[in-house]
Amino acid sequence: MSINKNLLIPLTAFVLLVIVLAFGFRLEDPHYLPSELINRPFPEFSLQDLHDPDRTLTVADIKGKVSLVNVWATWCPNCLVEHPELIRISQEEGIALYGVNYNDVSSKAIAWLERHGNPYRLNMVDSSGTLAIDLGVYGAPETFVLDEQGVIQYRHVGAVTRRVWKSKILPVVELLQTQSGDG
Amino acid sequence: MVRIAFLFLLVFSVESYAAIDAYPFPNDELRLRHIALIDELRCPQCLNTNLAGSDSMIAKDLRREVHRLLLEGKTDDEILDYMYQRYGDFILYKPRLQGGTLVLWFGPVFLLLLAFAVLFRLLRGSKALETELSEADSRRLEQLVKRK
Repeated sequence: MSINKNLLIPLTAFVLLVIVLAFGFRLEDPHYLPSELINRPFPEFSLQDLHDPDRTLTVADIKGKVSLVNVWATWCPNCLVEHPELIRISQEEGIALYGVNYNDVSSKAIAWLERHGNPYRLNMVDSSGTLAIDLGVYGAPETFVLDEQGVIQYRHVGAVTRRVWKSKILPVVELLQTQSGDG
Repeated sequence: MVRIAFLFLLVFSVESYAAIDAYPFPNDELRLRHIALIDELRCPQCLNTNLAGSDSMIAKDLRREVHRLLLEGKTDDEILDYMYQRYGDFILYKPRLQGGTLVLWFGPVFLLLLAFAVLFRLLRGSKALETELSEADSRRLEQLVKRK
């Protein structure tokens, strides 16, 4: 019994369709945007210090060591979720954590940090979101890992939970620290 | 009194409406380009809304950014490039012609040509079948018809 070759055409077409759709509809978060900024230097900025309005912070203030930059705001519920973990990181992990206070009111931000604790070494006031736009931020919180040259090596969108820290951010930080020899 | 209250409401509502998004432009050409650009750029926070149609914070910021860049004298391409460098493919509703988007651009054309090829073969095949049948089986067909 010979197989009719014409019957193979719809079967092949079906298999091809399944393959294409499997790639197209992978179960991933459709809100996730891949970052264009990985391996690019942290953008230049000139922003007010949250706690010292007379002081202007620039990219030179956060460069030099492997560090974390966290984009946060008081209006952002997930920022409150990740806050205890950020405090733990700043106390236990010995890595510099800088804050970008994004589209916020400074008085509210200061009060919020007094209430929930302040894990940040420095906080930039980005009240019009210009640094956030340069960082390609599309929501808060977002966390960037910088190497000692100030080049962005990793970006996490969403709350930094214990699990995210352990499985995603810490490995990058450790790799960078061993590369630079200060870990 | 009512009239004054009404007048107040009228003025106030116009004012607040204008405050949502009223960017001053020196000329209509820039205004139209602003409209075209925020129509063509996709809001990074939303799944399928352009900058013009979204009320999210990032869309507002980016509309303001497009306005600023236009006043600085940037061309449309420079502005699209500025957005692309920060937000990547996602922000462009019209994807660029590059490695990853080749399939997107030429896939449909390829599929159309493939469909034509298949259609062509099917049509030729059925014609060949027709002629073959009339030549080889016509005598048998006649016999069958006669027998009845």
